[in-house]
Amino acid sequence: MTDILDHQIAERDKLANPRHDWASDNARRRIKRRYGRDRLLRIFGLGAVITALMLLAILIASLTYTGYVAFYTTKVKVEIFLDPQKIDRENPGKTKYRKMTKQAFNAYFPEVKNRKDKRNLSKILSSGAQYIVRDYVVSHPELIGQTVSLNLPLSDPFDQLQKGVIPRRIDAPGKNSGKNDGNGEKMLNPRFKSEKVLVWFDTLVARDMLSSPFSWELFVNADSRFPELAGLAGAFTGSLLALLVCFLISFPVGIAAAIYLEEFAPKNRFTDFVEVNINNLAAVPSVVFGLLALAVFINFFGLPRSVPLVGGMALALMTLPTIIVSTRAALKAVPPSIREAALGVGASRHEVVLHHVLPLAMPGILTGTIIGLAQALGETAPLLLIGMNAFIPSIENLGLMEPATALPTQIFAWGDSPERGFVSRTSAAILVLIGFLVMMNLVAIYLRQKFERKW
Amino acid sequence: MFGSLLIILLTLSVLGFYLGRQKAFVVAGGKRSQLHSRPLYHGLYVAALVGIPTLLLSLIWVFLQRPVIDALLLQSLDPKAITGLSIAELSLLKSEIKSVAQGAIFGDPKPIVIEAADRLNHWREIANWAMVATCIAIGLIVLIATRSKIARLFRARERVEHLLDLLMIAASVLAILTTFGIVVSLTIESLRFFDRIPFFEFIFGLNWEPQIPIREGQVTGGGAFGAIPVYVGTFLIALIAMLVAIPIGLMAAIYLSEYASRKMRAIVKPLLEILAGIPTVVYGFFAVLIVAPAMRNFGAMLGVEIAPNSALAAGAVMGIMLIPFISSFSDDAISAVPRSLREGAYGLGATKSETIIDVLLPAALPGIASGILLAVSRAIGETMIVVMAAGIIATLTFNPLAPVTTVTVQIVTLLIGDSEFDNPKTLAAFALGLTLFLLTLALNVFALRIVRKYREQYD
Repeated sequence: MTDILDHQIAERDKLANPRHDWASDNARRRIKRRYGRDRLLRIFGLGAVITALMLLAILIASLTYTGYVAFYTTKVKVEIFLDPQKIDRENPGKTKYRKMTKQAFNAYFPEVKNRKDKRNLSKILSSGAQYIVRDYVVSHPELIGQTVSLNLPLSDPFDQLQKGVIPRRIDAPGKNSGKNDGNGEKMLNPRFKSEKVLVWFDTLVARDMLSSPFSWELFVNADSRFPELAGLAGAFTGSLLALLVCFLISFPVGIAAAIYLEEFAPKNRFTDFVEVNINNLAAVPSVVFGLLALAVFINFFGLPRSVPLVGGMALALMTLPTIIVSTRAALKAVPPSIREAALGVGASRHEVVLHHVLPLAMPGILTGTIIGLAQALGETAPLLLIGMNAFIPSIENLGLMEPATALPTQIFAWGDSPERGFVSRTSAAILVLIGFLVMMNLVAIYLRQKFERKW
Repeated sequence: MFGSLLIILLTLSVLGFYLGRQKAFVVAGGKRSQLHSRPLYHGLYVAALVGIPTLLLSLIWVFLQRPVIDALLLQSLDPKAITGLSIAELSLLKSEIKSVAQGAIFGDPKPIVIEAADRLNHWREIANWAMVATCIAIGLIVLIATRSKIARLFRARERVEHLLDLLMIAASVLAILTTFGIVVSLTIESLRFFDRIPFFEFIFGLNWEPQIPIREGQVTGGGAFGAIPVYVGTFLIALIAMLVAIPIGLMAAIYLSEYASRKMRAIVKPLLEILAGIPTVVYGFFAVLIVAPAMRNFGAMLGVEIAPNSALAAGAVMGIMLIPFISSFSDDAISAVPRSLREGAYGLGATKSETIIDVLLPAALPGIASGILLAVSRAIGETMIVVMAAGIIATLTFNPLAPVTTVTVQIVTLLIGDSEFDNPKTLAAFALGLTLFLLTLALNVFALRIVRKYREQYD
């Protein structure tokens, strides 16, 4: 009897709602489809993560691949007779070394007689080689009259050829359009003046006169028009000075503002307005800060263009919100029991903050400050607008009120240069900049992990 | 001169600190518990009152000295020599006098210039010495006056704390001053621009050719300031960037917050943050060096012409930059959805993907939407990537394979190099800057309001 009843109930349910049979083929298929969708979403998500990481890998790898060649320079060993008749012993820095350097180099190819050929031959050597000879003589005046052997850099096309960055021959234009006239599809790379220079270059290689030492020039030289001699020293100094100004302004001001807003400010419309302003400043495009610096600091107050003081002030205004926000977070993390204990033994509210809360919040504040400064170090647009992309060929005359350049603007300037050598220089400069940023962030992480307290 | 004055004032202030503290010790007479404040505060009080006003005075002096002396110089010039000169010629004369005064003499200047230069040097010297003398005198007077106030019951600590309050309020006001400075300076320069170019021509004009002749006889375009093409380019690039960043960023956030193991999360999240920490100039170079040529070759393979500075390359790279931005905002929003919602969905038999799509994403939508809006505002204001990878010439096109220009590119190209603030070309940059500022501000405010208004309160 009950069997029949059960059967009837089951039949009725099936008629009323056929979905309720979980074991039917339909239901199985539905469940399979639902889990299939789940897998699909999972695969999409994993795909997105892998894509993002691959893009990061491609970015770093391509910069490393193009940049590593800039960390060494191709040099040729040249013996130079420091002719005492041509060099002013009293004042060796004033002598012209161009001719002497050229002749010393051309002496290795006595068969070259033609004037035009001689000129092309000496172009294998960097145009800046004469200054290296000059600096050498100035620092070793006792060697005048002797023959010295110096490693002089090659000019950009030959440097790049030796590094394998540019080919000797390139596809002739017009080949793609189908006009193959049978004269060979390749033509001489127009960066080289003639076939002869390549022969001379091969002679240098065959005589084993070339070497590829580490490029200290990249770090100790200032900017130069010749990529083989261009370095980052000027940009380092400019960035350092601008960051110093930025730190000196944004650190004390940021902490003071954060302490006021977090610990003392009454809750009223004024403090609300300040908070809204800070939040909005954090999202203002950096180029607008450049416009502000241009209009206010340079045009209104009459400060000079291109100087680290103005650059640092613009960066400070940009960094300020970051420092204020992180300082407030650090102050908030200090538990009220500390404040209450200090108040309980009779400290004034200011003493509570200055003697107890602030020291405990300091690691968090420093972490935020370093992260803010790292952002400021990579910032380019405002510096570009106030002209901190000056061409600085010497590092002797640098100061807060002297025209300067900075690391990111140097990268921008090199990235725009047509010489092939600047491509690898730019990548190398980017690697150096990223190296700095990584170091700063590591310091911040270290500070956080070493000193941060859990209450 | 100013540097040494600062050092003198600092020394004076330190001296004030020691003298004030020493006076407090003397007043206490060995019973330090009888002082209202510790001697330290007496010292700080004197030091602050000596240092702060003199420092402010010297700063104001330095900033005002130049315009005041300039005005005096102009008045002192022989009226006969300067009548009939235009403003440009006057400023030329002024800068000639200044360079002569600094010793940089080109050719042989007129006697009136040399005479004026001598006068300028003389005045500058007087002004500098007057500044030093005034500041030191005020510092000394304040030092003596405040030191004499120190007594046993003098409330030095309260005064110092009051001063501290003022300093902290001043620091907070700097945020307001910055916003104020941005708004005022952009508005003033923009108004000067709209004096020359009608407002509606700027807003609705379809032609942007800012290269107007600055000197006579220079061959340039006619000069047109219709901002529509520039804005179309900006939005085109921002749109491409969002098409790259939103799917990848959102999907990555979903995977990291719902599917990934804790260990994978700990490795992948910092790696994505590296992507966010890379300076934009690096992305710009990456676009020029790798992405644009790769796209060009790919296009050539398909037989499509892609410009080397196409909107596609710049937008795609900008999208890469914004991936971590979107993913961290979405991740935060998804993680903020309470556990109970998740578990309720699982309890009803929903799969993970059904939970995510039908429960978590709708609950997290305000947070995700505001993150996307902030990313759009970033994309519009981003400068270096487009300066390096996008075009300069404004063409009114929606074709992503063609070169377009953006607001920020125009601002930078119009202002780079030396330029005076008296022609529509440079002023146009400020007008563009003002619209950019207002646009990003509106997006930010809107993003914050979305979160505030639509966020569900679950607890």
